[in-house]
Amino acid sequence: MSHSATEIWAIIAVLGVGTFLIRFSFLGLVGARRMPDWLLRHLRYTPVAVLPGLVAPLVAWPDAAGGDTDPARLAAALATLAVAFWRKNVLWGALAGATTLEALNWVF
Amino acid sequence: MSLATGKSAFLEGLISGVPFLFVAGPFAFLFGVVAVETGLDIPQSVGMSLVVIAGAAQFTAVQLLSEAAPIWVAMAAALAVNLRMAMYSASLQPHLGSAPFWQRVIVSYLNFDISYALGIAHFDERPERPVNQKVAYFLGTIALTAPFWVIGTLIGAAVGGALPDNALIDFAMPILFLAIVGPMLKTLAHLATAVSSAFAAMLLFWLPTGIGLLIAAAIAMAVGAEIERRRGR
Repeated sequence: MSHSATEIWAIIAVLGVGTFLIRFSFLGLVGARRMPDWLLRHLRYTPVAVLPGLVAPLVAWPDAAGGDTDPARLAAALATLAVAFWRKNVLWGALAGATTLEALNWVF
Repeated sequence: MSLATGKSAFLEGLISGVPFLFVAGPFAFLFGVVAVETGLDIPQSVGMSLVVIAGAAQFTAVQLLSEAAPIWVAMAAALAVNLRMAMYSASLQPHLGSAPFWQRVIVSYLNFDISYALGIAHFDERPERPVNQKVAYFLGTIALTAPFWVIGTLIGAAVGGALPDNALIDFAMPILFLAIVGPMLKTLAHLATAVSSAFAAMLLFWLPTGIGLLIAAAIAMAVGAEIERRRGR
């Protein structure tokens, strides 16, 4: 590696401070004030706007399968989502996904 | 506001966070291994996990360092990966904004995908809970994962080696996050948001890490908000 120890520690410090400021931003500076309705209306959808996008490429092109679509992982993802939605329960969903993945990998 | 209710909220959060140890443990171990292979020493590897405490960003930084990228490129790219957390911060504000300053500092330091996803899912189910219980729940979700992240990095950096080749380990993260999303799909607006997010993120996947997701999330949020504005909640 072509970087000195000082450079590495500088990266760690900048990323630490920068990441904290990103995380602190709204929570820290807005505090208890009420944000405008249009903004709150958008923010209500934050989790369903970020998490599916975070996961979709990992489901469609998993690294472990060399970046190719893997039927077992795809089926496991759909089973997870379907059962979690149907039972309104995180653990049942995760269990369905894990079982599907193990079963398909065992069969094929 | 008794201490006991805060304690039980913390325990509830703690229990909901347990499955994620299967994500954080192997992921942290892997980061330790990769960091040392790249040329970081053990204190630097562990220090990064402790100070930055953000998996994807740390992998991005180390990956770029291994390619001998200039340090400002590594910094900018890793911070871009973390920009989604500004959305998390804004989304938590209506629930946790009235907590004392020092609590908001701790929550911010520990605000990552896992704690945010578990926390917001719970707050949307139980919006009436007092803020001290919400803070306790949030901290509970991450009380095991955060130390796992740092200790896992230490073990990976010190011991090295490879993870067992197992689909459940490499796919635990997508499964657990999808399991959190499932119960959130309560209305057409939520469903349309989730679908938009997934497709937009895949279409924009060619953009630098983190940027595509950020744009996809903004588009998806606008879709959800617009449907809600037209149809009502």
